[in-house]
Amino acid sequence: MYPEEFQYTKDHEWIRVDGDTGTIGITDHAQKELGDIVYVELPKSGDAVTAAETFGTVESVKAVSEIYSPVTGEVTAVNNKLQEHPELLNSDPHAGAWLIRVHLSEPQEVEKLMSSEQYEAYIREAESQ
Amino acid sequence: MRYLPNSPRSRAEMLRTLGHSSIEELFSQIPEQIRFQGRLDLPGPLSEQEILEFFRQAASQSTSEYASLLGAGAYSHFRPAAVDALLSRGEFFTAYTPYQAELAQGTLQAMFEFQTLVAQLTGMEVSNASLYDGSTATTEAVLMALRLTRRNRVVVARTLHPEYREVMATYLRHLGTEVTEVPYSPAGQLDIAALKKALTAETAVVVVQSPNFLGVIERFGEVAELVHRSGALLVVTVTEPLSLAVVKPPAEADIICGEAQSFGVPVAFGGPYVGFLATRDKFVRQMPGRLVGQTVDTQGRRGFVLTLATREQHIRREKATSNICTNQSLCALAATIYLCLLGKQGLKTLAEHNLAQAHYAASRLATVPGACVPFASPFFNEFVVKAPGNAEVLLRDLRQEKILGGVNLERFYPELRDHLLVCVTETVNKAALDRMVRVYKEFSGQKQARAAASHPVGQEKA
Amino acid sequence: MKEHPRHARPHITRDENLIFERSSPGKCGVDLPEPEVPAASAADLLGGDLYRDDIPGFPEVSELEVIRHFTRLSTWNYGVDTGLYPLGSCTMKYNPRINEVVARLDGLATDHPYAPAELTQGCLKVLHDTARCLAEITGMDAVSLQPAAGAQGELSGILMIQACLADRGDPRKYILIPDSAHGTNPASVTTSGYQVRNLKSDAHGCIDLAELDRAMTEEVAGLMLTNPNTLGIFEVRIREICELVHRKGGLVYMDGANMNALVGVARPADFGADVMHLNLHKTFTTPHGGGGPGSGPVAVRKILEPYLPSPMVVRAPDGSYALDYNRPKSIGRVRAFYGNFGMAVRALAFIAANGSEGLLQSTRDAVLNANYVMRRLQDLYDLPYNEPCMHECVLSDRRQAARGVHTIDIAKRLIDYGFHPYTTAFPLIVPGAMMIEPTESASKEELDEFIEAMRAVAEEVEEDPEFVLKAPHSTRVSRLDEATAARKPILRWKP
Repeated sequence: MYPEEFQYTKDHEWIRVDGDTGTIGITDHAQKELGDIVYVELPKSGDAVTAAETFGTVESVKAVSEIYSPVTGEVTAVNNKLQEHPELLNSDPHAGAWLIRVHLSEPQEVEKLMSSEQYEAYIREAESQ
Repeated sequence: MRYLPNSPRSRAEMLRTLGHSSIEELFSQIPEQIRFQGRLDLPGPLSEQEILEFFRQAASQSTSEYASLLGAGAYSHFRPAAVDALLSRGEFFTAYTPYQAELAQGTLQAMFEFQTLVAQLTGMEVSNASLYDGSTATTEAVLMALRLTRRNRVVVARTLHPEYREVMATYLRHLGTEVTEVPYSPAGQLDIAALKKALTAETAVVVVQSPNFLGVIERFGEVAELVHRSGALLVVTVTEPLSLAVVKPPAEADIICGEAQSFGVPVAFGGPYVGFLATRDKFVRQMPGRLVGQTVDTQGRRGFVLTLATREQHIRREKATSNICTNQSLCALAATIYLCLLGKQGLKTLAEHNLAQAHYAASRLATVPGACVPFASPFFNEFVVKAPGNAEVLLRDLRQEKILGGVNLERFYPELRDHLLVCVTETVNKAALDRMVRVYKEFSGQKQARAAASHPVGQEKA
Repeated sequence: MKEHPRHARPHITRDENLIFERSSPGKCGVDLPEPEVPAASAADLLGGDLYRDDIPGFPEVSELEVIRHFTRLSTWNYGVDTGLYPLGSCTMKYNPRINEVVARLDGLATDHPYAPAELTQGCLKVLHDTARCLAEITGMDAVSLQPAAGAQGELSGILMIQACLADRGDPRKYILIPDSAHGTNPASVTTSGYQVRNLKSDAHGCIDLAELDRAMTEEVAGLMLTNPNTLGIFEVRIREICELVHRKGGLVYMDGANMNALVGVARPADFGADVMHLNLHKTFTTPHGGGGPGSGPVAVRKILEPYLPSPMVVRAPDGSYALDYNRPKSIGRVRAFYGNFGMAVRALAFIAANGSEGLLQSTRDAVLNANYVMRRLQDLYDLPYNEPCMHECVLSDRRQAARGVHTIDIAKRLIDYGFHPYTTAFPLIVPGAMMIEPTESASKEELDEFIEAMRAVAEEVEEDPEFVLKAPHSTRVSRLDEATAARKPILRWKP
């Protein structure tokens, strides 16, 4: 379910690192919790993001959720498809519905994130409570 | 106790079910020291007949016998009987906010129609489902513009309704927002040179009322160009929306907002009224207030729901676009029914009627010696007249003739001493207007007679 | 047998187009009198650049079509007049008809706000009497009727706290709000320029005194609380709570949304609140109107009186009424004119109809009804806070959620049983909340029917959850696609 090549945050974001670029999205668990996603607000290319700080919001019909960046760096690309088709976040959260690409300025930050195995254990625990 | 459906026996049965012997036990969690022990000093209990008598007594101490030339943000217009007949349907007036859409399609569809009517009237792309009143709608428009531009200065025409400016000041004082007022020109319109001076790179919004508080219709071409060149947004406030049936709404505005009381809502000593706010599609996510949207049900049938609710306080809490919770649904429904009844032709005819009456009154008053209509600009149903002498005395003379002669502008604009704001709608007949002119003439004549008695002939001032 | 034409549907479900779709050129729902003054050409008077010739798309329909259109729409609504409306936190009680009659009396419905005070003594008296009654009910010293709705009452109250503390030379920065609060509370605080600090509730759903003690620092201007709180529970230690806030230099704002539990039983000023608002459309039976107009008078203790919105209605020694604008310390205006006057008329009519005894009996019935519902449902629905409730109770869908059925689904199914749903998913501190407020307007017989319906739905959840998930089954439209409405908003009709 949760790709092994991703790292995960406790706020349910994922990041895939290729060299010094990270691609960031929200997890399947996050989209399920939110329900039908209707709107996404994202930063612009060139904006700075900081690890553990919010860079955008995802909205369902009756909830707003902040998205936190797993890493620090500069936004190099934004998935503009989501403006027209926010529902992609429900159907394809781990691939087609990536949110932003970031040029990592502190690559070692990734080491503090969870592996897929750890993340799966984390949500199992959360659900059992 | 006629409103309570539980009988003493039912109450006793319910208490028994709960295992209590007295109703007092249900309140036992309230500490004794803070329980109210006495009897509240309140009127009643009154029968329905007594209530009617009480309020009839209050209603008799009113101006219902007077011909009213008062406007200034609250306009007397005839209300067709169908408006109250429909508003009085319990399914409308005893329902709450349409959170459960399947049980509230009536309210939702009516609000969708309200949004459409406001958009059509203002020439804007989108309208919300109403706000409290014109003053708060204007303030909400300003807050919206501050969010959109991320700037922090407000420029406002001094001819925006003085009480609207006060409300805005209450909301803005705590945000550290600077407000600059732009005076009116000798013609009663926004002073363009002063506007130029007031605009800075930090100006978020310019607010202009039209027809403005002096009744004057503004021209927006140059104003809008200046505002937009400086990167600010243009908010236009309309307190008399009937004017929109014959006056072009400014297509250059970014937000058109105001008061829709004129459309079927009683004057009622100042409220409840119904604010509106219309804007461009691209600004919709920064709009305050409720919005109704069209959608389909599981069978593909058209239906309506509250939408884009994530802007609102019940979801976004301290980050909401506004603290407003309710809209002004029943008053918006009154406006919707009213506008449907009058329709395209009726609204236009009524507006022309108001325009003709007001212009008749203004032209007659201008002939009274010592009186004049000082602002030489187009107006709709409201205009300023300079009284031929002390305005308070004149108003008293008019009252003797059962006429409420207008608002003494000195109250809001000290420089406009002895100037009255006069509003003429279809509710004032020609006989009353002619009576008003006669009182002006007599007043003017008495004044000249007094002046002649105390000064040698030929030394009077003009 | 010939097939029925496809558009023929029973009345209750029949389609009613948008009014714009009924329009046809040349129709009009009014006939206007001919003006007596000489006709004038609007185009000439205004000039070509200002004159508007047409409002594109505006409807053209006859009077009968308007009557039928809105009458049909009304039949798709559910109101208090239709049946039990136990929408928690909203106090959906009966709206007496006499209120509507007196609010429409010539004079009260027609006086202009700028008419001279000596000629509008009737209207001023109504405002003055209403304010005095509300002061008596809350134990407060002064009341302004200017705020247009509860949220504006909140804003006014918080601004007064700010003004008062600023006068003491220490306006402070934060307002504490319990996590169970209504969403308008934090939104109003933000509008005032203060920042919100959330206060976690204790295991009983009440304010945690130790937590409050820690949070109530020198930067905190005050506490904004609802009592009874949104769980319907009375804050038992309210006196200590208010004393603690006062001792630390703060003031207490009480959200009066739940005043229907207290009228005649306890007065907020007596337990330490400094300022509060009342919702005339909740406790005082002015109609909810499908979502407004509300009215949110704000009541204060003596120390805050100078800061009340301007103007105030005052009574002279000779018994006459006037408007007092000379209020140098006032927070200013929060809306034009004097507030929702028409709502004050209705509220005063309700208070006078009941008198002290009637109001107390209403409060008792409201509390009795809520406890009755809570105790008769708690075996089938989870009761997260098992405390005696006041005027409303909060259950949760915890048991039903295990079968995949949530509070909103149970609510939708209740519609099929002829009831308006309770409030779903609020307060936020109860996952899957079902907030039920029967009010004093429900009879035992009606409550028994409601309880039976709730119990029947609980059984259905066990037997056939799918059926509940697809409810309602009896309304004109079935569940509506809210996601599409929000993704691609259609907010107006277009030809």
